[in-house]
Order: sequence, then structure tokens, then C-alpha cells
Amino acid sequence: MSTSSPNSSASKIPVPAIAATAAALVGLSIVLALVVAPEDADQGISQRIFYFHVPIALTAYAAFGWGAWKALLVLWKREERYDLESYVAIHQGTIFGALTLATGSIWAKASWGHWWVWDSNQLVLFLVLFLFYSAYFMLRFSIEEGPRRENVSAVYALFGVALIPVSFLAIRLAEDFIHPTTFTRDGPQMTGTMFFTFCVCWLSISLLAYALYRVELLGKRLDSNLRELREALT
Amino acid sequence: MNYLADVTALARKDLRLELRARDTLPAMLLFVLSTLVVFHFALPTGADEVAAQGLLWVALVFTALLGLARAWAPEREDGALEGLVLAPSDRSAIWLGKSAAVFLFLVAIELVALPAFALFFSPLDAGAVLGVLLANVGICAVGTLLAAMAAASRTRELILPLLFLPLAIPLVVGGVGASVSTEPGRYLAFLGLYDAVFAILCWASFEYVVSE
Repeated sequence: MSTSSPNSSASKIPVPAIAATAAALVGLSIVLALVVAPEDADQGISQRIFYFHVPIALTAYAAFGWGAWKALLVLWKREERYDLESYVAIHQGTIFGALTLATGSIWAKASWGHWWVWDSNQLVLFLVLFLFYSAYFMLRFSIEEGPRRENVSAVYALFGVALIPVSFLAIRLAEDFIHPTTFTRDGPQMTGTMFFTFCVCWLSISLLAYALYRVELLGKRLDSNLRELREALT
Repeated sequence: MNYLADVTALARKDLRLELRARDTLPAMLLFVLSTLVVFHFALPTGADEVAAQGLLWVALVFTALLGLARAWAPEREDGALEGLVLAPSDRSAIWLGKSAAVFLFLVAIELVALPAFALFFSPLDAGAVLGVLLANVGICAVGTLLAAMAAASRTRELILPLLFLPLAIPLVVGGVGASVSTEPGRYLAFLGLYDAVFAILCWASFEYVVSE
């Protein structure tokens, strides 16, 4: 059956175990980020959102990359299951991308006094990516289910990974004629505890994303199996 | 050699269709001129020439979108695209031929639009013109492929701008930079890089967009 589960080693770990570990780690991260990590000398309490904002952004990149990798497998191996995996990864990437925009916006308000700043290259890049991947869903759901949709979605997902570095470069170039950067986020070096907290947060957010990916994949597979069964019965 | 012959035959077919039916070019031309007139009223007194230079790029991108939305219209009718896909030639030749035709349409439009812009607003320097030429390559390469994707969907013309605009942002950055900067070199280099990356990607992936 085309929708059978993949055989890689990570996908053999049961979903409840991953979800429970992710939940525990996220709890630990919240404690570490809000209580244990020392207060930043410059920015005070608002700096603590860094422990979530940056890991969420990195996770979004990872999800887009994972989606593109699965898209490449769709075109290469021509197996149906990669299409669903690519779609679910991009879906999670878009959710984490939206969270990056939200947390970045809160951080911008706290430290610079505005909800939106064009000076932050990362935020602008995420806005472009968010628009790009929102169009992915529009495209996907306006094509009839089948091999054509798998191909078109996969090609568009591959464009995404080419767009990320190109857009990043473009936004850096645009700084020169739009306005020079007045703020930077390059603060003093992180202390050991801060770095440890950051690493735990990164791990927990990545694991959370992976758990959500597996749950959504499971749901979508169940859904399609049920539909096939229903069609077979009628 | 055969490949090039296929590409030229396909591009010539598009040009001949346009010469006989005159569907797209007059519409694009009128659109870009109307847009320039709208810009005159959209720029209040005190807005500088640089603002107009930026708006020129908005006009060019939207005009290109108008042409791209119609790019695959002849192939959609009577299943002509299926015929092309089944023809014994490399499928990327279909993309290259279409891109070449769209490129020529865009250049034809710009031969009128750029002098009109210089007349209405401010003269353009060599950097801006080179920027337009380089951006055309990227617009045609990416736009033609995305238009083929959009043609496969139910929403067709509606979805093309949504797909195209996020990908066009780097082109606008490079183009506006080349137009307003005193040192356009690195913006032109960036446009060249964009063209190379996306042309290769489109060339390699077009086959999958039109086949099942």
C-alpha cells in the first residue's frame, strides 16, 4: 500500500513517546528561559523571548528544507507518500514561520518600540517566505488530486529552498538604498548558562515540530486510508 | 542542434500567433502607459525622482504579469499542450521557447515604456536599462514556469500573481538598486545570479510541471 509508514529509524519511534518528550522538554525550556538564564544587561526581560524566537525561526527553516527534500524524493522516486510528507513539513514550516513573525514582532515592540521594523532582515525574510508558502497552499488546493498535483507542489517546494538564500541576499542588498541598519542584534557574547538554555530551547522546539509533523502525518494518512476504504465499500 | 531548432520553432509559433491575433501586446502596452499616468497622480508634489524610479519597477512587474497570465492560453485550447508534451522533443524546449517569446514581448513593451517613463518622469541611465534587461530574463524564466503551474490549477489567472510576486521581490531589489545606485555593478551581478539560479531550476523542473 502506498500510504504505509516509511522505514527510516526515526519514524519507528512511537508518536506518544516523541510527544511526551517534546512536552517535557518545552516545560524545561520555559523554566530555563524564564528563571534560570541570567537577565540580559542591555535589554532586560525582553531579551528572554530570544530563547523561543530564534529556535522557532531555525525550526521553520529546517521544516522548509525537510519539505524540499521530500519534494525532491517525490520527483526522484515517484512514491505517493513523499508528497504527503513534503506537504506536512511545509505546513509545519509555515506555522512556525507565522510564530517567528509573531514573536519577532513582540520582541521588536519591546526593544525598539515598534511592532514592525524593516531593519530586521530576518523578519522581512520571514514575511517573504510566509507569502511564498501561503501561495503553496493556494496552488496545491486548486489542482485536482493526482500525479500532476504532486509534481507541481514538489517543484514549487523546491523553488522555496532556492528562494531562501536569494531573498536573504536581496534583503541585505536592499538595505543600502532603503536605509542603513540602525539596530543590530549582535549583543555581547552569550554566557555559558545562556548558551545552554538556548541549546535546550532549540532542541525542545525542534522536537515539538517533529512531534507535530508526525501527528499531522498520522492524521492525514488515517484520513486517506479511511477514504480509500469508504470508496472500496461503496 | 535539434534542441535549438525546436526552441526557435516554438518561439516563432508564439510570435506568429501574436502577430496574427494581436491579443496580448496591445493590452500590455496600454496597461503600462496607463500605469505610468496613474503614477503621476500617485506621486504628490515633493515626491522625488527616486520614488518614480522605484515605481517603474512596479509597472514593469505588473505588466509582465499581465502578459504571463495569457502566456499559455493558446496551448490550453484544444489540448495543444498535451500534443506538445507528446512531441518527440525535450520538454524543457517548450519552456525555453515560451520564455524566449515572452522575453521578446517584454522587450517590445519596454522599447515604448522606458522612453515614455523618461519623458514623463526622469531620464534613465545605462545601469537602469541593463537592470531591466537582466530582470527580464528572470521574469520570463520564472514567470513562464509559474504560469504553466497556474494553468494546471482551477484558479488559473487568479493564482499567478500570488505565486509570482514573492519570487519577483529579489528582482525588484536588484532592479531598483541598479536604477538608483551610483554603483550599479553589484546589483547587476545579483540579477545575473538570480537569472542563472532560477533559469537552471526552471529548465530542470519544467518537465515535471507538464507531465504526469
